[in-house]
Amino acid sequence: MEEILKNNPGEKIILLGNEAIVRGALESGVNFVSTYPGTPASEIGNIFSQITKKIGVYFEFSTNEKVALEAGIGASFSGLKTLVVMKSFGLNVALDSLLPLAYTGSKGPMVLIVADDPNCWSSAQSEENSRAFVYLSHIPVLEPSDPQECKDFTKLGFEMSEKFKIPVIIRTTTRVAHQSAPVILEKIQRKSKIQKGLFVKDKKRFVTMPPRVLEMKKELLEKIEKIREFSEKSLINNVNGQSWGELGIITSGVSYLYVKEALKELNLSLPIFKLGFFHPLPEKKIQNFIKNFKKVLIIEELEPYLEKEIERLAKNSNPKIQIFGKNILSETGELRPEDVILAIAKLTNATYKIQNTKYKIQRKHLPRFCPGCPYWSVFTAVKKLAPKNTIFGGDIGCYMLGSISPHNLYDYLSSMGSSVGIAHGIKKSTNQRVIAFIGDSTFFHAGIPALINTVFNKSNPLIIILDNGTTAMTGHQPHPGTSVRTDSEYKFEWEGYPKNLKTKESPIKIEDIVRACGVKNLKMVNSFNPKEMVKAVRKLLSKKETSVIIARGMCALLAKSLK
Amino acid sequence: MREFNIIINGVGGQGLITLLKIISEAALIEKHDVRTSELHGLSQRGGSVEVHIRFDKKVWSPLVSQGKADLILSLESQEALSGLYYSSPKTIFLINRYQTPTFLKDFSEKEILRNLKKFSKKIYLIPASKICQKEFATDVVAGIYLLGYAVLKGFLSLTPNSIISAIKKIIPEKYLDLNIKTFELAKKYER
Repeated sequence: MEEILKNNPGEKIILLGNEAIVRGALESGVNFVSTYPGTPASEIGNIFSQITKKIGVYFEFSTNEKVALEAGIGASFSGLKTLVVMKSFGLNVALDSLLPLAYTGSKGPMVLIVADDPNCWSSAQSEENSRAFVYLSHIPVLEPSDPQECKDFTKLGFEMSEKFKIPVIIRTTTRVAHQSAPVILEKIQRKSKIQKGLFVKDKKRFVTMPPRVLEMKKELLEKIEKIREFSEKSLINNVNGQSWGELGIITSGVSYLYVKEALKELNLSLPIFKLGFFHPLPEKKIQNFIKNFKKVLIIEELEPYLEKEIERLAKNSNPKIQIFGKNILSETGELRPEDVILAIAKLTNATYKIQNTKYKIQRKHLPRFCPGCPYWSVFTAVKKLAPKNTIFGGDIGCYMLGSISPHNLYDYLSSMGSSVGIAHGIKKSTNQRVIAFIGDSTFFHAGIPALINTVFNKSNPLIIILDNGTTAMTGHQPHPGTSVRTDSEYKFEWEGYPKNLKTKESPIKIEDIVRACGVKNLKMVNSFNPKEMVKAVRKLLSKKETSVIIARGMCALLAKSLK
Repeated sequence: MREFNIIINGVGGQGLITLLKIISEAALIEKHDVRTSELHGLSQRGGSVEVHIRFDKKVWSPLVSQGKADLILSLESQEALSGLYYSSPKTIFLINRYQTPTFLKDFSEKEILRNLKKFSKKIYLIPASKICQKEFATDVVAGIYLLGYAVLKGFLSLTPNSIISAIKKIIPEKYLDLNIKTFELAKKYER
């Protein structure tokens, strides 16, 4: 951790993509950082939470990504250099505040990190391609390939934001965020204390209301065209090789590394246009590149957003060009270097043979609850007790593992907080029993409005809030139910661990919120005591009103680390 | 030197990322370019984990291509079978004789070896967990033992000195002694 704070310009150290983003923000002199944890972006917040005191940067774990973005907007409006960090799905949550932010623009430079997860290595709900937000928000998007670019593009993002007064999104993917490689350090701007900004009133700039809002849209579109000129000249949109011949390749992000690998493997030299910008694209530069090729191959992961743009641009500059992309590469799952090698081999008639392809078996260990996990006994008890045909709703967190062997429990699982909202809908539509599970951090994130809705609109699912004292799945971040903020640090203070209570304040208790939402049937149980669980479920399963059980028991990994 | 590609696999909690950090740091010490890929999050909860390390004069892809691994280090025996994807007849399989249940159909040691032998002749099954348990009453360092074994046998073209410097940099003070002793232990068992 100390290494990331080294002020040793020119030194080369190995950094993870996410660490390089932190370093880039520090080299830019970031003042304000907010996040809600989500893999593959979680380390960024974890690192800031550990170094914030030493470097004079304000940092917070916000209750969800929308609130994290809004905190960042407030900081930027107050003139501070601001970083907001989230995974792909986080931007869905934050979207409502993202779109007006594009209209108002930023004041203090602002960078958003959005981490996608092709192949759903750590994502349950969908294989999201956050590039699509460009079409809604118009916000510029840069795509680094490796840790060095993670650092460089973060810095460039701040520079662009400063120049054009618009937030800049750095979109990473798992194989960039969790790739490590040597990175060359530059000077870090260490501040002795947290800097304060100043909110200067400027209604014309910060209030989006008709009729002004339409003027703002016009201004935004004009701004994007200016940024496009910047993109045309930018060295991160870079042609490698000549711009004529049989086949040219256009690529970006981690796919670029696979293209370079493929050319090395195949011993080929082909022109590559490497794009650092996804938006706004350097359209003239692209048109010039594709003008004198017979074929162009677009190598990108997931949906063919780049390919569609290039099809559009080719209509003017080279309508006869043959465009290859998703006709030879999958739109589902991540790309692997061998996919790219084979695609390029196919178009160049090169031969490439992969060894040992005839093996039949592969053995994979399924993930499961850790030894000592409080969820073992909760799930065993509930499953044993609930009448057949009970519908079980899952949510996002470690307890997703309840959906696989040996519990095989959930009948539906969707997005953060949705177990409760969907349970209500099923209860209103059927006469079936529903038990919905939701974790502590997820409850704070998006469960509360759904709980209020079940009470307000009168349905009676049984909601089991699994309170393990931490945001476990993403690496044990604090949340409002487990911690109290003192100065720049979070002190772990949790109802399930009363021996700790060293501060005068107590965290926000989930049971207080549940009661305040109007829930009359509430039982608190010890997760490690199946008898208590059985009793509570029996008592509450047939109630006419919304019922909640809070099952409290510490995450086994957290308990181990506190020893 | 030509490129060197390593796959380390096992189950979550076996210290794969620590091993990755040590090897990549040692590669950097020896002035190689190095790239790695790892995975975090839910898959770590006792599930299969696979990390990639590549070093060369210049490395592009962070992932090892199919059939291109030089060394597959399996901290759990059944996971070696997943390594077949990355193997060629030249690949060295260095496997910890240690198994955890998959909650699917489990493979016996005999079945694992029978399947691997169809594709590679260089298979080494080493009781690293057992040795570490016996010497230090913990098998958390089994991966470090295998690393020591790989360096001793010349399976990995990095010097013991670079690895020890890397261990000193990566491992916290508290566990440093244990890790260095474990790394050097292979000499004793493989004389």
